[in-house]
Amino acid sequence: MQTNIIIAGVGGQGILTIASIIDLAAMQQGLQVKQAEVHGMSQRGGAVESHLRISDSEIYSDLIPKGKANLILAIEPMESLRYLPFLAPDGIIVTATEPFKNIGNYPEEASIKAAIASSGKHLFVDAEALAREAGNLKAFNTVMLGAAAEYIGIEKAALEKAIESYFSAKGDAVVQLNLNAFRLGAAAV
Amino acid sequence: MESQLLLGAEAIALAAIDAGISGVYAYPGTPSTEITEYIQQSPVAREKRVHSTWATNEKTAYEAALGMSYAGKRCLVCMKHVGLNVAADAFLNSAITGVNGGMVVVVADDPSMHSSQNEQDTRMYGKFAFLPVIEPSNQQETYDAVRYAFDLSEQQNLPVLLRITTRLSHSRAVVKQQPSRDENKLNPSQEKRKWILLPANARVNYQQLLEKQATLSAIAEQSFLNRTIAGSGSKAVIAFGIAYNYVMEVKQAENLDIPVLKISQYPLPDSQIKAFAEKYDDILIAEEGYPVYEEYLKGYFGNKKFRGRLDGALPRTGELSPDVVAKAMGVATDAARTIPSIVAGRPPMLCQGCSHRDVFEALNAIFAEYPEHHVFSDIGCYTLGALPPFSAISTCVDMGASVTMAKGAADAGLHPAVAVIGDSTFTHSGITGLLDAVNDKSAVTIIISDNSTTAMTGGQDSAGTGKLADICKGVGVEEVHIRTFVPLKKNLDENVAILKEEMEYKGVSVIIAQRECVQTASRKKREQSKK
Repeated sequence: MQTNIIIAGVGGQGILTIASIIDLAAMQQGLQVKQAEVHGMSQRGGAVESHLRISDSEIYSDLIPKGKANLILAIEPMESLRYLPFLAPDGIIVTATEPFKNIGNYPEEASIKAAIASSGKHLFVDAEALAREAGNLKAFNTVMLGAAAEYIGIEKAALEKAIESYFSAKGDAVVQLNLNAFRLGAAAV
Repeated sequence: MESQLLLGAEAIALAAIDAGISGVYAYPGTPSTEITEYIQQSPVAREKRVHSTWATNEKTAYEAALGMSYAGKRCLVCMKHVGLNVAADAFLNSAITGVNGGMVVVVADDPSMHSSQNEQDTRMYGKFAFLPVIEPSNQQETYDAVRYAFDLSEQQNLPVLLRITTRLSHSRAVVKQQPSRDENKLNPSQEKRKWILLPANARVNYQQLLEKQATLSAIAEQSFLNRTIAGSGSKAVIAFGIAYNYVMEVKQAENLDIPVLKISQYPLPDSQIKAFAEKYDDILIAEEGYPVYEEYLKGYFGNKKFRGRLDGALPRTGELSPDVVAKAMGVATDAARTIPSIVAGRPPMLCQGCSHRDVFEALNAIFAEYPEHHVFSDIGCYTLGALPPFSAISTCVDMGASVTMAKGAADAGLHPAVAVIGDSTFTHSGITGLLDAVNDKSAVTIIISDNSTTAMTGGQDSAGTGKLADICKGVGVEEVHIRTFVPLKKNLDENVAILKEEMEYKGVSVIIAQRECVQTASRKKREQSKK
């Protein structure tokens, strides 16, 4: 098995939290992982992405070849489109609906939605509302992880276990919040 | 031993701790920063009392490391590629002295210039200095190569250069640890001739260094880092460093039976290269960075069987990818999808509430009255002042160049000659330039936009925090022309007035615009709320 995931967002949105949880789950399952991330200049409010690859055999490239991503998991809708060349013909876009407008020329939201819809398999997630329902807007990213869980190639139970270990240092309340958020995201699909 | 998920940079750090270093010396720079940060945060390194505080610049870092090596202990020195330009004097001459305790020099290159002003290839420096260079392909190999590099350094009494690139530094994979070993005992070098590079000694050392090259090549022949992956046919690939990953990705995905020679240690293993090259008619040279070895293997008269970045098989510039390598290997498939035209660029920008914003707003307010104005700037977050809405700076070249370029332009008659430099960049390379300006009484206005941290690389300690005014005074700037203000919107009029006054002064003035980085401030807040 091999799953290639592009996680996309804007510097500061915390896409690396999602990546870290998937990494952890994959490692706990004894799978190989490669996860390339962006540090440095772009982290200051620029477009950022992480290439995450999971496999049961050796992974060579840190970067996903074009047309080979099974999933684009986007925390921001326009950012999901930036990595479209990487999406496999049968791949899926799972994106949050809430735009992040820190640029003057942000396109019409309707045209972004239309472009995502016409790209093939896709899923819009109202992550903000679900995070609120879970109890804290900060759980936005875990909602998105839940919504995309089916396409990651790792059992949901294993992802939940990784959420527990990832947040355990922050206390039970934070663990519970993120488990709730993950489940609400997964149920919204 | 334990397995962990580590960035390439972290694999270097952990390997260095396990290899028994007594210190790491570095100045932050993307993509090398995380190496030193990992050691600073490592409880094991703390317990072992590994030195890990930041140096003022790469040259001071390099020389301190060389001193630790002289004393007999192992050390790591880390920098980004352009940092080696700053440390180049020490670097090249350390090849002539050689080392005592093992010394590994990690230089992280940034092809595609994700966070840099050029994509220089550090392997050129390795050749320039006649030093062994190791260029690992993946995170596990990086971990293993660091231990190997320390051993090689102590065995050959030479610094060993470890070259990585952004992609390896900032990508995670599972890394298996080796048992750790103790640091060396204090054992200062007794070999005077070796360390005193008077011409008579240096000539002897240089000759020895040249004679060592055959040994270094022979070691590369036996190295676990250089090996052949069997295949058949008349076509082949020589894959250097991380390029190996892309070649193997394509080979695996497309079921190609193409032979591959993997090279991750230099000087080149001559016999291996010759034997491999003789067997095939068409050899792709895949290198991350400059076509350094492609040019060498092709030769002046251009042996056409070697293809690569020089003949267009691979792009001449930028980072490699599985896609460009697939194309060069003749198996490219057209990407079915394109980015919709509505997708707008999202460049990085100064944070909301950042003090640099207020500095640029003040400058732009003044310059509305000066149709001809130029602002010499520097390397740091404030370089983003080049972009809208500020479009406030005219130059960004290298660390410290704002001060000296403003001075040169002032010498040429440009007025006002304004420099904007960050606090960390100022102590890195701005102080000496300021002394030049003071000695020449140049009419320059130097704004130190002081956020008391090295912000662009993630908020590392800045060498001059709390000392900037004293440094300027010590260098000889007149006290009345060392001004300080707080860059906040509510102070705009006052700050504009101060800047105007100093711009009108026909001598050296320094304005320290002091306010804490908003990222540091919010991090401190978070840490406090945890307590």
